[in-house]
Amino acid sequence: MTSSAGGFPRYAEGMGLWEHRGKVAVVGYGYSDIDRRWDGVSMDRTLGAFQLAAMQNAIADAGLTAADIDGFMCSEAMAGDSWAQEDRGDPRPYFDPPYDSEDGLSLTSADWLIAGMEREGTPLSNLQYIDRNQLAIGQETGKAAQAVGDGQANVLLMTYNMGNVPGRYKLEEGIYSEGGRKWSAPWGWMTSAMMQHAFVFMQYCTKYGGSHDDLAPFVLNQRRNGLLTPWGYYAQHEPYQITLEDYLTQRYICWPNGLLDSDRPVNHAFAMIFTTAERARDMKQKPIYVLSHVQASHPTRSTMATLEDHEEWTDSLARRLYEGAGAKPEDLDIFNPYDGFALFTQSYLEAFQWHGVKRGESFDFYAGDIRVEGPHPFNSSGGNLGCGRTRTAMYTDSIEQLRGTAGARQVNVRAETAAMGQVTPGGNGHIFLSVHPEI
Amino acid sequence: MPKTIPVADELDKPFWDGVNEKKLVLQYCTACERLQYPIKANCVHCDTKDPLDWKEVEGKGHILETLVVHDTRVVRLKGDVPFNVSIISLDEDPSINFLANLPGTPVTEAPQGAAVEVVFEELEPGRFIHDWKVVE
Repeated sequence: MTSSAGGFPRYAEGMGLWEHRGKVAVVGYGYSDIDRRWDGVSMDRTLGAFQLAAMQNAIADAGLTAADIDGFMCSEAMAGDSWAQEDRGDPRPYFDPPYDSEDGLSLTSADWLIAGMEREGTPLSNLQYIDRNQLAIGQETGKAAQAVGDGQANVLLMTYNMGNVPGRYKLEEGIYSEGGRKWSAPWGWMTSAMMQHAFVFMQYCTKYGGSHDDLAPFVLNQRRNGLLTPWGYYAQHEPYQITLEDYLTQRYICWPNGLLDSDRPVNHAFAMIFTTAERARDMKQKPIYVLSHVQASHPTRSTMATLEDHEEWTDSLARRLYEGAGAKPEDLDIFNPYDGFALFTQSYLEAFQWHGVKRGESFDFYAGDIRVEGPHPFNSSGGNLGCGRTRTAMYTDSIEQLRGTAGARQVNVRAETAAMGQVTPGGNGHIFLSVHPEI
Repeated sequence: MPKTIPVADELDKPFWDGVNEKKLVLQYCTACERLQYPIKANCVHCDTKDPLDWKEVEGKGHILETLVVHDTRVVRLKGDVPFNVSIISLDEDPSINFLANLPGTPVTEAPQGAAVEVVFEELEPGRFIHDWKVVE
């Protein structure tokens, strides 16, 4: 088995059209139930059990059997918050196999998932390609598309999870700071992206005007879209809308970033199936073609990246994704950029110039009609803020919008193309999808 | 505020030695003639393989922005919330930025754009850390 794919990552400027544009398609997707955390007793609701369900649901959605899958891709590195021993001390008690270690409970290895599919009676018996090393779904979707385009796999099952565990963790305890933390923790910054994005957001407000409260229409609309997403965390567990007063009186963590500006960690899993456009023609679902994918990875040049950095990086990202797809901003119908913190989503909105939004214009845009039924249905997924920190709602929504199956979230404007990605301006992956094999 | 105490390693020892002598000594890339902070193994600006040099800077800067921490993962600082965390640009190279708690400046009263100068706070005997203070 091989574990690498040519043409990945796509970091460079001027790469032109993606060499596999329109020759790879998404033909299935699936997701699990969603919980805030595992309850410690329900073995059918562990992160591993959720991920197996998502994989099986994707296979069923595509009208395939597990034996049709010849490529498998996952992120073994803990994507969400796992039961990190460094925070918790001794390992917690485990159970009978397959839950005799952390594997399957708060993180999942490729081997655990593959064995799990066999246990479930849906063995992935024809795998020729396994890639277990993806960072996060933004990069993973691009690499999955590239692997199919490069011929590494013909039908590739890609899966991703985000987990959450109880309590407070990743603390800086004691009186000493070592490693990279010595440059931040003494002054109170403990490696969370929150402070980085709060700083860039402040620079944004200084440069263009506005304030934290100008994010209110966006954050409220994210929750609204999330409540229109039946499987989402809030639709499932806290099915009520937040108000402007809630937003303006929220608890701040690191001003200007508050609790409602931050996504809510959850237990959830997702899967997607990629195949060749040729094979997709005769499959159950209408093919959704991959027109382009790009990635970004930028070292921070000093303690903090700046607004100038974020604008430069996201401009490059948008330019390269459009170029790979042969598209222009006006060709992009559905746009689901990342919103792990509400404070940085405008970086993507303005870089992609979606619906003509230029640098410094996001607050005015947010104040307009961004509802899904309106003319500018921004982030129709509800994102992480509306659905919980799945990092995948932007993918499920994009597929559903392009299939015309988004239900109450189905937009009234044209929905033939979509772009989405995650995570932050400094490190991310994005993908461009279309119901047509070319623009 | 009882800051946590940085533990120097082989790479950044010259920096912390400088701080302990109340000097701000940054990395300096002789290939691209750029300063660098925080301390890293390689130049973040160019692809030189040459080892980075060291250069003392004057320690004057300006406040870019100020955040207010209301909740922190740094256990030692939990009793001090809310507190300022300002981002300071170095006058000698504004692309270099530092964190600062602005000792003496009340929370929410940090003057954006104000001039600051480096100060050194003794955390335990002989071990200092740099912070930045508004110039009156």
